[in-house]
Amino acid sequence: MADAAIARTTAAPGEPSTWERLKVNRNWLGLWFMLPAMAFLVLFLVYPLGKGLWMSFTDARIGREGRFVGLENFEWLIEDRDFVRALIFTIVFTFVASVVKFAIGLYLALLLNNNLPFKAFIRSVVLIPFIVPTVLSAVAFWWIFDTQFSVITWGLVKLGLLDRGSPINWMGDPFMAQCVVIFANIWRGIPFIAITLLAGLQTVSPSLYEAATLDGATKWQNFRYVTYPLLTPIIAVVMTFSVLFTFTDFQLIWAMTRGGPVNATHLMATLSYQRGILGGNLGEGAAIAISMVPFLLAAILFSWFGLQRRKWQQGENND
Amino acid sequence: MASVEIRDVRKSFGATAIIHGVTVPIADGEFVVLVGPSGCGKSTLLRMIAGLENITGGEIAIGNRVVNNVPPKERDIAMVFQNYALYPHMTVAANMGFSLQLRNAPQAEIDTKVKRAAEILNLTALLDRFPRQLSGGQRQRVAMGRAIVRDPQVFLFDEPLSNLDAKLRVAMRTEIKELHQRLKTTTVYVTHDQIEAMTMADKIVVMHDGIVEQMGAPLDLYDNPANMFVAGFIGSPAMNFLRGKVDGQSFVLEGGARLPLGAAPAASDGKPAVYGIRPEHFLIDNEAGAEAEVVVVEPTGSEIQVVAKLDGQEVIAVFRERHNFKPGDRIRLGTDRRVTHLFDAESGKTLPRH
Repeated sequence: MADAAIARTTAAPGEPSTWERLKVNRNWLGLWFMLPAMAFLVLFLVYPLGKGLWMSFTDARIGREGRFVGLENFEWLIEDRDFVRALIFTIVFTFVASVVKFAIGLYLALLLNNNLPFKAFIRSVVLIPFIVPTVLSAVAFWWIFDTQFSVITWGLVKLGLLDRGSPINWMGDPFMAQCVVIFANIWRGIPFIAITLLAGLQTVSPSLYEAATLDGATKWQNFRYVTYPLLTPIIAVVMTFSVLFTFTDFQLIWAMTRGGPVNATHLMATLSYQRGILGGNLGEGAAIAISMVPFLLAAILFSWFGLQRRKWQQGENND
Repeated sequence: MASVEIRDVRKSFGATAIIHGVTVPIADGEFVVLVGPSGCGKSTLLRMIAGLENITGGEIAIGNRVVNNVPPKERDIAMVFQNYALYPHMTVAANMGFSLQLRNAPQAEIDTKVKRAAEILNLTALLDRFPRQLSGGQRQRVAMGRAIVRDPQVFLFDEPLSNLDAKLRVAMRTEIKELHQRLKTTTVYVTHDQIEAMTMADKIVVMHDGIVEQMGAPLDLYDNPANMFVAGFIGSPAMNFLRGKVDGQSFVLEGGARLPLGAAPAASDGKPAVYGIRPEHFLIDNEAGAEAEVVVVEPTGSEIQVVAKLDGQEVIAVFRERHNFKPGDRIRLGTDRRVTHLFDAESGKTLPRH
């Protein structure tokens, strides 16, 4: 409608000049309206990313502009056992944490969607792990799993399940430490998923469940054929964010283990920080950070296809 | 097909009683409409028949089997919801076949039944569409198709037409009635629209505040309402109620105007009562009519609705002839004494006639 109206007014006074046509061209105007936002994006996203990418091809160190060294940084990294270990652990960390977070988060959301006493109160309590500053909760976990002062060890000893002389080496044993940081990440990540899925659940009309019940669906079939398919769009969004946050996690690891023991709990983000900022090898640190990009891109592409409007969501709404 | 017996059914949510002992017999193949204003408990009653609400007291039997503790899916009923409750992620065909699929029916059987229901409802061309791609009326038909496919003992409709526009509502009304005449399945239909009730029902059950005010055939309720509530609820525009008292063969309004009365109970002479007259039963009577002042004239084409002040009380009269009234005109209104109603001023009950 608007397009047609504009076309008519411009066509009226004979041959309009290119400039006059441009002045009322919606796309041309739109470009100008977009410019401020674009400037922000370039300044805060494109520039740092470009700079990081450039540094990963140099041998820059702190205080010294680097020379271009091509793919040398990456070639070294492939042979670097710590890097490969961090890469594998990052993938395992992301996979295990995301799966568990999703399962527990969905379960919690389904529980909270029921009519419970003190519903509003319980829902806000669930959010606590998400609200507490990460570093604060990391410090709490650090104490809970401290090799000497662990409250869990203390409890087990008091219960007589553990010998005082051989405490569990939570943060000292590489495998244990890996489990602990994954556990902490799960604990912190569940509320986000639970609350978002709960919001999604609340958009499902109760009469759909009633219709399915009358159609003969059991509780499980209600979930399998009604709840789950209707929730898939929101699951795609929330899991994409969750995977991205988990893959790039830094705070929790740094506050709890700093990548130790023996670099067992290094994620790519923490390793990059350690090499680049603490170790001063900016080029190498940048190269580690840039190696995360393909994985993140893959996650985004995955969600891109997952997020495509499903066929049933398309079409005119005639309500 | 089966009969449905509702015996002294009660429902309360916590301490709040919603339905206070309702008894409705529904014969096999009957089309029963539960009608009443919002909050009268009609939807709750329907949901109790469906098994979506627990029954606090009394019994509901479907086909002689008491179903109070039978889960919904074993009651062999199908329900059409107000918002249709179509599964948005399933095609029309999948929506209609879902109940059969849950019963693990063979695909061939599902296809046949869905196809047959689609033919009945003119949905064959839409079987591969998703609910979002359908218009309101088409969705309504899919919802009915889902019920038909199940071939249940009883159809339950919960205000199925209230989301449609006026024109479509009239068309769907006919369609549902035709469908019932064709399938002859026992049907319980809930609505707040008395026109739907009048046009579709074999039997109307008028509910109000959790009790049954009256039940019976549509025209029976129209001609012989049991009380002022039913008289005022059934019929549009609503019946006029005028306060006054009985004086022999006529009714004297508070201001002194007289209206003719059919046979009146002798005992009620002189006692305060309410005179009921339907708008279409007013007539222009230039000799004996009571004087009234025209307030508003509303022509609808087929008839003229006149709002007038009669003895200080506002009344609506409907004439099929074209009168050229103007606001402020004084007219003389008479009534046909054979179709007047008389109610007790206190209880609102219809006073018995001789």
